[in-house]
Amino acid sequence: MINSTSFLILLRFILLVLLQVLVFNKLNFFGYINPLIYILFLYWYPIKQNRTSFLLLCFFLGLCVDIFSDTLAINAAATVTIAYLRPTIMRFVFGVNYEFQSFKLNNSTKAQQFTFLALLIIIHHLVYFTLEIFSFSNSLLILQKTVIVSISTLILGMLFITLFSSKKE
Amino acid sequence: MQQIINFLIRYKIFLLYLFLLLISCIFTFQSHSYHQSKFLNSSNYITGSLYTFSDNITSYFELREENNKLVEENKRLRSKLFNNVVLSPALIDSTSVKYEVTRGRVINNSYADQRNYITINKGENDSIFQDMGVITDKGILGIVENTSDNFSTVQSILSDKSNINAKIKNSNHFGSLVWENTRDYNVVQLIDIPRLVPLTIGDTIVTGAMSSIFPENIPIGTIKRFDLDNSKSFYFIDVELFNDMTNIDNIYIIRNLNRKEILELEAETEAND
Repeated sequence: MINSTSFLILLRFILLVLLQVLVFNKLNFFGYINPLIYILFLYWYPIKQNRTSFLLLCFFLGLCVDIFSDTLAINAAATVTIAYLRPTIMRFVFGVNYEFQSFKLNNSTKAQQFTFLALLIIIHHLVYFTLEIFSFSNSLLILQKTVIVSISTLILGMLFITLFSSKKE
Repeated sequence: MQQIINFLIRYKIFLLYLFLLLISCIFTFQSHSYHQSKFLNSSNYITGSLYTFSDNITSYFELREENNKLVEENKRLRSKLFNNVVLSPALIDSTSVKYEVTRGRVINNSYADQRNYITINKGENDSIFQDMGVITDKGILGIVENTSDNFSTVQSILSDKSNINAKIKNSNHFGSLVWENTRDYNVVQLIDIPRLVPLTIGDTIVTGAMSSIFPENIPIGTIKRFDLDNSKSFYFIDVELFNDMTNIDNIYIIRNLNRKEILELEAETEAND
């Protein structure tokens, strides 16, 4: 059982990195919109797992994307940040009951899932573009890029989540 | 002591987070000076192979267009050749060769970031090393940044770290080519041209002679708009690139055979100061 979970996580890791670097990094919609879809890894990651390994795994996820897209370690920094903040965000979105054994992401409402993903994406993108641009004189540009790219990532992310949701009717 | 250990255990997640964030920040900022990080770049074996694989598939869709570009370039070179007096091969001896040109292909391209890098399929095995110039048939593209055995990454002119010597064609007024408006990937900026220089919209900008990387007179683009900068004594010129940075495939890498000599001489002169 534990093996099948780890295998699934590993497979998701590889597929999301490939999807990010081979498809979404080349999208360049309107010239600069490249959705960072690999964040879905953090959305799908099991809730009750060792936090240390989760942080390390997210760091390597970001680093892999960084190496492929020549962005130094910006993705790694942003991904580690949301990995660290994930429990806080979950408590905010789902209330305390997310800590119970019976809690499943699929059982929560669409609005909760959406808010959860949106918060992950916005924080990630804010850190990402702040580090990328790194100057206060361009703070408007940082906000603008964060908002626009966040929206595109959010739309694609919701599509992927709906597409691969394992809910059995 | 007990308390310190307790503290460490209680906050171990937070400390791990700080540690990882610190590592990524170090990776990010150590390279802000000039060159990209030595480790985190896409010129290594794994990423290079993956990009080659994906390029092998996608390049088929652009074959016809690429063909047209190459034929167009051939045509231009031929017309140059026919209109020039051809030197006999005996007159071209190897000591007069200043630049060596290698051909290569782009296997990964980006233009939407603040600092864009291009990965090409030539590396140290083809004698490609750091700080060689990269051009296309239409104009300038960037400078080689990191190399591995079979691949290199090129710092595109679309990078806020890029700074290339450029001048107005048929004059010797030179300035620096930078990318300040980092949203528009077709326009770069030429700064430090004095205001007394007569300018017209549409003037051609070419590489200057001050660079030990690029030969002189490689086309860059045309003047799209110009204005005085804040100091009111220099122009701030928007240059529209000849290259379509979103669509590049075949490239040429230029090696200046005299570069080492030039750099040594300059270092010596500066040391004597």
